[in-house]
Amino acid sequence: MTVQAQIEQKLTDALAPAHLDVVNESNQHNVPPNSETHFKVVVVADSFDGQRKVARHQSIYGLLGEELAGPVHALALHTYTREEWADRFGEAPLSPPCLGGSKAEQSQGE
Amino acid sequence: MDIIDTIKEQIENNAVILYMKGSPNQPQCGFSARTSQALMACGERFAYVDVLSNPDIRTNLPAYANWPTFPQLWVKGELIGGCDIVVEMYESGELQPLVKEAAADAGEDSAANA
Repeated sequence: MTVQAQIEQKLTDALAPAHLDVVNESNQHNVPPNSETHFKVVVVADSFDGQRKVARHQSIYGLLGEELAGPVHALALHTYTREEWADRFGEAPLSPPCLGGSKAEQSQGE
Repeated sequence: MDIIDTIKEQIENNAVILYMKGSPNQPQCGFSARTSQALMACGERFAYVDVLSNPDIRTNLPAYANWPTFPQLWVKGELIGGCDIVVEMYESGELQPLVKEAAADAGEDSAANA
């Protein structure tokens, strides 16, 4: 199973999202072709009602602990309730461009 | 000093502190760049730690914070969030009052101690 499919599966099972979008954005970054390192996740779920953003993100980090400890280097999260999602007309923000952080890391001996 | 104590001290002693990759003037990651820009736009002084040049903090802060990635914005000892949350709060107008209030409180504290 791809990392992308694994993320979709785990979030679907745990959150029963009204909307879920898992996008592999690795090709926008300084990594080899076909990598699965940088993801953007848009989740719309009822369980987010009354939950602050930090708590929503922490619950997703908890579900994806294995992926984050392993292959996944960046995870952009956009979490909404159905109402918030309707207010945004179903649009999630774009991720920022790469600034070559992994190059800086390599030059520091990582 | 234990690295967790160092982190606690930084978070307690700085009303607004950003853990990021690179510096606000030379960010090394798009997420860190966007977060520090939103914070700078609030017009208050803030502390930052470059986790690329502080590998111990980079390794240990995620478990302490229950937050696996960088950047991380902390205000008045509380984790506010990473890039996505900070930028959304900036755009919705929530970030600036939060940062201004924290900076004003910190100013009063240091005036009281002086």
